Amino acid sequence: MKPIYMDNNATTACDPAVVEAMLPFFTEQFGNASSIHSFGAQVGKALKTARCQVQSLLGAAHDSEIVFTSCGTESDSTAILSALKAYPERRTIITTVVEHPAILTLCEHLEKDGYVVQRLRVDKKGRIDLDEYKSLLDDRVAIVSAMWANNETGTLFPVEDMADLAHAKGILFHTDAVQAVGKLPIDLKNTKIDMLSLSGHKLHAPKGIGVLYVRRNTRFRPLLRGGHQERGRRAGTENSASIVGLGVACELAQQHMETENTTVKQLRDKLERGILAKVKNAFVNGDRLLRLPNTASIAFEYVEGEGILLLLNKLGIAASSGSACTSGSLEPSHVMRAMGIPYTAAHGTIRFSLSRYNTEEEVDRVIAAVPTIIAQLRKLSPYWEGDGPVANPEQAFAPAYA
Amino acid sequence: MWDYSEKVREHFFNPRNSGPLENANGVGDVGSIKCGDALRLMLKVNPESEIIEDAHFQTFGCGSAIASSSALTEIIKGKTLDEALKVSNQDIADYLDGLPPEKMHCSVMGREALQAAVANYRGEEWKDDHEEGDLVCKCFAIDAVMIEETIRGNGLKTMEDVTNYTKAGGGCSACHEKIEDILIAVNGRLYSNEPKVKKAPRESPLSSPMRPQLTNYQRIRKIEDTLEAIRPMLQRDHGDVTLVEVDGKKIYVALSGACQGCAMEAATLGGIQHKLVEALGELVQVLPVVALANA
Repeated sequence: MKPIYMDNNATTACDPAVVEAMLPFFTEQFGNASSIHSFGAQVGKALKTARCQVQSLLGAAHDSEIVFTSCGTESDSTAILSALKAYPERRTIITTVVEHPAILTLCEHLEKDGYVVQRLRVDKKGRIDLDEYKSLLDDRVAIVSAMWANNETGTLFPVEDMADLAHAKGILFHTDAVQAVGKLPIDLKNTKIDMLSLSGHKLHAPKGIGVLYVRRNTRFRPLLRGGHQERGRRAGTENSASIVGLGVACELAQQHMETENTTVKQLRDKLERGILAKVKNAFVNGDRLLRLPNTASIAFEYVEGEGILLLLNKLGIAASSGSACTSGSLEPSHVMRAMGIPYTAAHGTIRFSLSRYNTEEEVDRVIAAVPTIIAQLRKLSPYWEGDGPVANPEQAFAPAYA
Repeated sequence: MWDYSEKVREHFFNPRNSGPLENANGVGDVGSIKCGDALRLMLKVNPESEIIEDAHFQTFGCGSAIASSSALTEIIKGKTLDEALKVSNQDIADYLDGLPPEKMHCSVMGREALQAAVANYRGEEWKDDHEEGDLVCKCFAIDAVMIEETIRGNGLKTMEDVTNYTKAGGGCSACHEKIEDILIAVNGRLYSNEPKVKKAPRESPLSSPMRPQLTNYQRIRKIEDTLEAIRPMLQRDHGDVTLVEVDGKKIYVALSGACQGCAMEAATLGGIQHKLVEALGELVQVLPVVALANA
């Protein structure tokens, strides 16, 4: 049976049209955009087109605000380190506890260098408290960095409001929008967002290409120096094939924006309803009213996520786990812990993230597969007896923890 | 996804001896909160022969935790309690054709469950004496607790020491920052690797018996000469310095050009002061000319 891919928040398949547009840039269009001769000039033109396509998807006022990078992580690092260099007298960074490691690990590292990092907490639905945020904005803050959409739960932060508040206090605002771009309409020119990171491979462009949007007139310091590319803001020969691919992907994303928010959303909702109707002791994580249209994060109590994934994989279904047992670290996801999800549920969280390529038939197959898998694992679980959790699970099974 | 052996996969997909065991007379409940894994091992022991006639498990945990539990029950069935207690976590991992380093704790959990179940059968209380830390070095599977204890136990100071004693950090280098963090946590600071060369005690300029007492004229000439030597450096950065007044230990100078109002002004004055202290062999204070107006 054809495998089912529902892990699009991890990465997406390249759209065939993207691949087709890229191919000539590996062969006859191999020139260096910086060269004077015709080999280079044509590539230069293609980069310009791609820049405008990205500009259009983001609703940026100028194409010169688009800086191509190698990935979302590079964009994030560039944004934060730039702000710290540009405002050396400001030593504080405001971010949130549920950011991607691209932000959190960098911030931890900066703390060792003496910077102060304020991490906004979230409630059990993954929402921040705007009053707490306001109370932290002062003239010691170099930059605020908050994700637009959470990769694990899809929960959205009110980044436009947050940017307004930061702007009013003269503080730079950056958003890691790698999960939001292509899934939500974005119009940067009508916001106060100063910098935004996006990643190509989250929206059907290839891996290894990203963008940092830098609003005109933002104080900026490059991370990579040594060339005039991207107006000196990001040195290094342009990844022309991938840039062209990203341009096409952005144009396609714009065309499919409605599909994402209608068809894909309906499929996601059907998947959630279908699973929750058949599996008890399961619930949806995150803010159901304010989240990405493609993401379903479902916690299955008293089972562990990796087991679910292995059994799904056996049936050709690809999803991912909120449990970090699958990611090389052993702790449960920092996002689930931040939301106060109990260990027995956090470890059993599965993320299904859809794309416009998923079909209703696939959703039906997943709905049919999941209940059996959960029942199979619960039969092994010491917290489960017959067809329900044991009475007082936490007391009935309280192992000696090493 | 983890690189699990065929045997691990097979025991996960078709676990042996899972589910509750009727008439169990030895039960061990253990867990590792780090991975959220927890295991209940149930034994049916023949009171006469102390032979484990049956063993079942219930596990909340990842694929390798379930596979390790399944393997454990297979290994110990038919053994006497004393024989079973000789089963090490490595035996469990070997039975499964190995486990990824991050997942070795699953086999440790199996062994602990066995000890706990036997203790339960014998009416003893089982105490866990094993502390497991975060895995730091993935190349050689060394955890944070082991590294910290080795640093404390042997007074280790450097990254190289840690590698020599534990092997941690001797592979791909990815964990060097983490190991340095542990060194800092234990020692309060990071020592460098350079061999310690005994430095000759530095001669204090004040106590130097060789330095003759200067006359006022000589002293001011010396100050001027020193400033002359510094000026080219400042001029390179489009700045300059001139001597305005000498009042005992206070030397007033005027910074001009790019030096004036530069963010580094204090550092520049500090550098000049350092040079003058050295040249004069006495402690002096270098002040900007504005301080003279206020004086």
